[in-house]
Amino acid sequence: METTARGVRLKQAFSHNAIWIVLIALIAIITIVDSNFLSLLSLKDIAVQSSTRLIIALGAAFVLITAGVDLSAGRVVGLTAVVSASMLQIPEYGNRFFPDLPQLWAVIPIVIAIAVGFAVGLVNGFIVAKFNVPPFIATLGTMVAVFGANSLYFDMEPNNSQPIAGLRDDFTVIGSGTLDLGSFSLPYIILIAIAVSFIVWIIFNKTELGKNMYAIGGNIQAAHVSGINVAKNILWIYAIAGALYGLAGVLEAARTGGASNSYGNMYELDAIAACVVGGVSTTGGVGRVKGIIAGVLIFTVINYGLTFIGINPNWQLIIKGLIIVVAVAFDIRKYVAKK
Amino acid sequence: MTKKHPYLLEMKAIGKSFPGVRALDNVTLNVRPGTVHALMGENGAGKSTLMKCLFGIYSPDEGEIFINGDKVDIKNSNDALRNGVSMIHQELQPVPQRDVKENLWLGRFPKHNLLFIDHKKMFKDSVAIFEDLNIEIYPNQLVGELSVSKIQQLEIAKAVSFNSNIIVMDEPTSSLTGIEVEHLFGIINKLRARGVSIIYISHKMEEILRISDDVTIMRDGKYIGTWGAKELTTDLIIERMVGRDLSNRFPERTNAPGEVKMKISNFTARQAKSFKDINFELRKGEIMGIGGLVGAQRTELVEAIFGLRSVTTGQIMIDGKEVMIKSPIEAKKNKIALLTEERRVTGIFPVLSVTENTVLANLPLYRNKFGFLNEKKMKVEARVGVEKFQTKTPSVDQLIRYLSGGNQQKVLLARWLLTDPDILLLDEPTRGIDIGAKYEIYSIIIELAKQGKSIIMISSEMPELIGMSDRILVMSEGKLSGIVDGADANEENIMRLAAQTS
Repeated sequence: METTARGVRLKQAFSHNAIWIVLIALIAIITIVDSNFLSLLSLKDIAVQSSTRLIIALGAAFVLITAGVDLSAGRVVGLTAVVSASMLQIPEYGNRFFPDLPQLWAVIPIVIAIAVGFAVGLVNGFIVAKFNVPPFIATLGTMVAVFGANSLYFDMEPNNSQPIAGLRDDFTVIGSGTLDLGSFSLPYIILIAIAVSFIVWIIFNKTELGKNMYAIGGNIQAAHVSGINVAKNILWIYAIAGALYGLAGVLEAARTGGASNSYGNMYELDAIAACVVGGVSTTGGVGRVKGIIAGVLIFTVINYGLTFIGINPNWQLIIKGLIIVVAVAFDIRKYVAKK
Repeated sequence: MTKKHPYLLEMKAIGKSFPGVRALDNVTLNVRPGTVHALMGENGAGKSTLMKCLFGIYSPDEGEIFINGDKVDIKNSNDALRNGVSMIHQELQPVPQRDVKENLWLGRFPKHNLLFIDHKKMFKDSVAIFEDLNIEIYPNQLVGELSVSKIQQLEIAKAVSFNSNIIVMDEPTSSLTGIEVEHLFGIINKLRARGVSIIYISHKMEEILRISDDVTIMRDGKYIGTWGAKELTTDLIIERMVGRDLSNRFPERTNAPGEVKMKISNFTARQAKSFKDINFELRKGEIMGIGGLVGAQRTELVEAIFGLRSVTTGQIMIDGKEVMIKSPIEAKKNKIALLTEERRVTGIFPVLSVTENTVLANLPLYRNKFGFLNEKKMKVEARVGVEKFQTKTPSVDQLIRYLSGGNQQKVLLARWLLTDPDILLLDEPTRGIDIGAKYEIYSIIIELAKQGKSIIMISSEMPELIGMSDRILVMSEGKLSGIVDGADANEENIMRLAAQTS
């Protein structure tokens, strides 16, 4: 019994960390092909490119763990990118969204954008919790509607659907600035992603909302019978997810120095893929921040690393697709085998 | 053909091990043709494992299987069907969105030619089988519209359509009403007369003694013996299943009911066919049983008290004050707890740990001064629960779905006791739990009543109702048909009230 218990634990440790093993193997293979890959610069690039994706994926994970899905993520990123950028252009810029807007304290548009994301999340949560619309359909609806709203806003006079540019330096610094530590410089955006991950970890593991989220995803009926306020928790979960997409939209605008209504298109699919590869169960109740980080990194490494060694981007898509399916197939096999 | 060998099925010296567990150890099962052969044992005795070996879901490590004296090698369910072995599963799994005939002939539809399905033949063949077995189901009806009993009959028809002469029935009566059970027994008798052998797995002693010819008893993965049903009594079966004399199936009741705790008046459900005009009082420290047949609306009544269902009229008074309970949240505030009947559906969080399952109804208790949850405190509390109820689990981090039914139930009891309830509503608290664990749950319930908690316990097991209750409230077709004092209760007077019709 002792040895088998140890065996089981070893096996568990292996399967719980399988995603990290895959990530390291991937980096190793790319490094073997081109030894220049493994440098501080590449790793920093990978981390920067992962930052916004991670924030969106963490938002998506909230919903996935409740056994839901949030298709509105990408379009909310687009909306909040446009909203924040529209209020943060330099006064001298010729083609301003709001020509007469005074120079706002940068934090105000940022907070407004995040609040917009939060509000869309509230709407999602309300539709799901109060009207019992399946999350896939509810968020499909908001996804389409949010894009419509964004396009209307984007098309307002005098902007008329022109890409928003000329953003203020005190805003773009968030996306492209670095914290200089001697010879090493750490991009702010990485710090933000780390901070968000930590906060989400706290919510998942240390708060009632987090425990209730796992409970609702694990067995919504049992959660109801246990006297958990299911509707209230679902409302909060979708709203927090929306706020995270809002933050990601702000960061996308800051990082790229502009925004348009096509920003964020299909980001929700990348986020869901990263979550699923990172061990978030599509049937709910299971998912950890550590896994989601690994899931996001894997996809960035594929993008960045395979480009680095000169593989055709179309091959990258095929490899990405394979990884999604294989990861989930293996995950489900774990449960089937135990039967 | 069928008479050439004394046994239709012989399973000889079957052994099967799983990591760390010897699930089957030298097990024998000899089934005579044209008999109902009961297979009995506590949960975990190895009955299901043995049947899975027969059906090719597991391959046994040791032993041989003979059918009509010929050695067979069954690797999967197709092999089993080819050898005339069918299984009526405990949880039947038809395709509810499709009609009866399609479910019956699934995987082997009759065809006009290679391409097109012959619906007419399918319909005629279905009717023929149903008529033959005296089953009343219309082949074009959607399976989703059928009752549990009809779905079961459909499954039996399916087994017959495969020309199976060995049919395994796993807990076939667990969700049938009295009349439906009679109908099932009628079908079984018909099959038996034709030389079909039924392997019948059930926990219901009275049923076993009535329907079966032979009884094989297993305990802890071992074969205990086979006896003619006529030589056996309920007590003898239990003794052999448990391996000890169980003259006392119930612990001594040491609780003493006190003043009235809760008063239910004029309770009537919103739905027309549910409970009507229920009135009763529950005392402090009292165990009140609720008896009745399936469909008596007992579960609906306690769920309404707990705020899971709405009522049109009705009043709940607790400690002399009227309370409004419209949701489980309000029930909890009024110190009421509910252990539901469907443990897996509405009780456990299968993918979460024992700790999480223990504390989830009561999270605010574990906040630290910053409002965050104290993991250590939760684990300590879970460990206290595990020790108090002697729950068998490797650790409190184990996912609850890997625990046995009895141990899951103990975790759920621990969960509700953490909410510090005054009134506990227990809906079939020992359903699907083996006899040893049942006794432990009984002891816990009596201990709680002794502490002054008021308990309502729904049970479909007559001896349990009589052995555990201070008073027994009997329901029939949604109405309260009588309240029997525990001391005067016997199976007869309860049954009479339960079967009362308006």
